[in-house]
Amino acid sequence: MRWINSHPGAGARLTLALMPFVLLLLAYMIGSAERLADNPNDKLLPGLVALGDAINRMALVPDVRSGQYLLWSDTVASLGRLFAGLGIATAIALLLGLLIGILPMVRAALSPFVGAISMVPPLALLPILFIVMGLGEASKITLIVIGVTPIMIRDLALKAIELPREMIVKAETLSASSWQIALRVVLPQILPRLITCLRLQLGPAWLFLIAAEAISSDSGLGYRIFLVRRYLSMDVIFPYVIWITLLAVATDLLLDRLRIAVFPWSDLEKGK
Amino acid sequence: MSALSIKNLWKEYGDQIVLENVSIEIESRAFVALVGPSGCGKSTFLRMLLGQEVQTKGDILLDGLPLPREPGADRGVVFQRYSVFPHLTVLGNVMLGKELLASRLAGRLFGKARRAVEEEARAMIAAVGLMGSESKYPAQLSGGMQQRLALAQALIMRPKVLLLDEPFGALDPGIRAEIHTLMKRLWHEAPMTVVMVTHDMREAFTLATRVVAFERPRDRPEEKLRYGATITRDIAIWPPRKAGAPSIFRPDRDGPVSSQGQ
Ligand SMILES: Nc1ncnc2c1ncn2[C@@H]1O[C@H](COP(=O)(O)OP(=O)(O)OP(=O)(O)O)[C@@H](O)[C@H]1O
Ligand SMILES: [Mg+2]
Repeated sequence: MRWINSHPGAGARLTLALMPFVLLLLAYMIGSAERLADNPNDKLLPGLVALGDAINRMALVPDVRSGQYLLWSDTVASLGRLFAGLGIATAIALLLGLLIGILPMVRAALSPFVGAISMVPPLALLPILFIVMGLGEASKITLIVIGVTPIMIRDLALKAIELPREMIVKAETLSASSWQIALRVVLPQILPRLITCLRLQLGPAWLFLIAAEAISSDSGLGYRIFLVRRYLSMDVIFPYVIWITLLAVATDLLLDRLRIAVFPWSDLEKGK
Repeated sequence: MSALSIKNLWKEYGDQIVLENVSIEIESRAFVALVGPSGCGKSTFLRMLLGQEVQTKGDILLDGLPLPREPGADRGVVFQRYSVFPHLTVLGNVMLGKELLASRLAGRLFGKARRAVEEEARAMIAAVGLMGSESKYPAQLSGGMQQRLALAQALIMRPKVLLLDEPFGALDPGIRAEIHTLMKRLWHEAPMTVVMVTHDMREAFTLATRVVAFERPRDRPEEKLRYGATITRDIAIWPPRKAGAPSIFRPDRDGPVSSQGQ
């Protein structure tokens, strides 16, 4: 049988999926063991015990200075910023994407502008944000918004423009006004795409968040990583990176579940 | 009443003349089948009747009044594809028009008003033979069922004119025959004029009261751009079919009775 036609069974699929993770873990453990054998005080690749200690210290024991469980307080601070940024971005993108998608006048006025804005590298704006908005929460959230909104607007507008003309005409023959077409024909059909778009923007959003936290903050996952970097505390950095990854993966999965639950038809249409 | 009167209609796309000097009077309650070679402008003509496209020259009058320059509820349409909304169930699709008409702001009805519309929609769904599929999404329907749904969705608005662009072109022959019977019944029952584009001569002659052919009188490659298509043939079906009245000659084939046995 050709290779393109041989599919893994359920068990094989799970094994195959786990394999790269296990291999990575193994490679790490071997590397760590070798380095520790050379020099028991090596900080670069801490062993599992040291990692466990660090996780315990960060997540389960209150910090002596602040009395807080650092991993959790950092997580709350970071997720708050992330979701605030993504929430604002989503609201703006939905509104502008819809308007650009259905109203030729707005498209003519805004589409080139959004296209240009989306090419500005957001990190280059970070100093400006810090100068203008100060070092507080606002500038970090704004960075996320600036970083992900233009692309989301373009994506949603494209999706709205892509809807077959026949569908819009059909709605017109059903007496729909522009407002009604937006509300009952276009909006429901771009909402599933909005969720997918949001999933794709999770990566960039985390990037901007951590960049902002690294430069100026007093809490947050990115802040902690860059703080302990000074002491070469890889035993804290590794668990933090894995934790951030887990959070992102979980958000991604939840958003997809949400799309299927709320818009069952969008999954049916997929195969078409 | 829903008579269409088309006078000296021209349509050009840039340099290309697609239709030239098309004139035709379509009497109220007629069922006109438009046939002609691919690319001769049948869909373009239909889109102008629909208001989706504006003619370059000439007039289109509906009951003596010029057509508005955009589609409206007086003209229903069924395209070959994309005629129904994928995000609404069968019931939602059929109710949509009535909901939009009654609730200009929310586009949705609730409570008693909704139940009234729902009842009407269910009757319409039954009339096109989709009973039992009310809560399905279009992606869960076959091609034939989707077109039935599109018909129900258009007809619940009681349009004066129903425009069909190869609505059954993608269906297999058995399904097509069934949907022809349905189409005939709907035309007999609803007070509308029908204009249907088709490639299927058999379909044209089984359904229509009148078969109109579009053709380019000059079709050499160098003439293609400068000369458009126009009406070259206009055949009234004989024995005549009349909406709502059984045919004296072949009641089983042409009359509204044919459908009652269904
Ligand atoms: N939006 C457009 N811009 C430019 N040219 C167009 C446009 N729409 C149609 N045409 C041209 O008009 C001509 C007629 O197209 P139309 O779709 O009306 O043909 P048709 O008779 O419906 O063909 P078919 O039977 O294949 O559906 C074609 O030559 C096409 O290239
Ligand atoms: Mg066509």
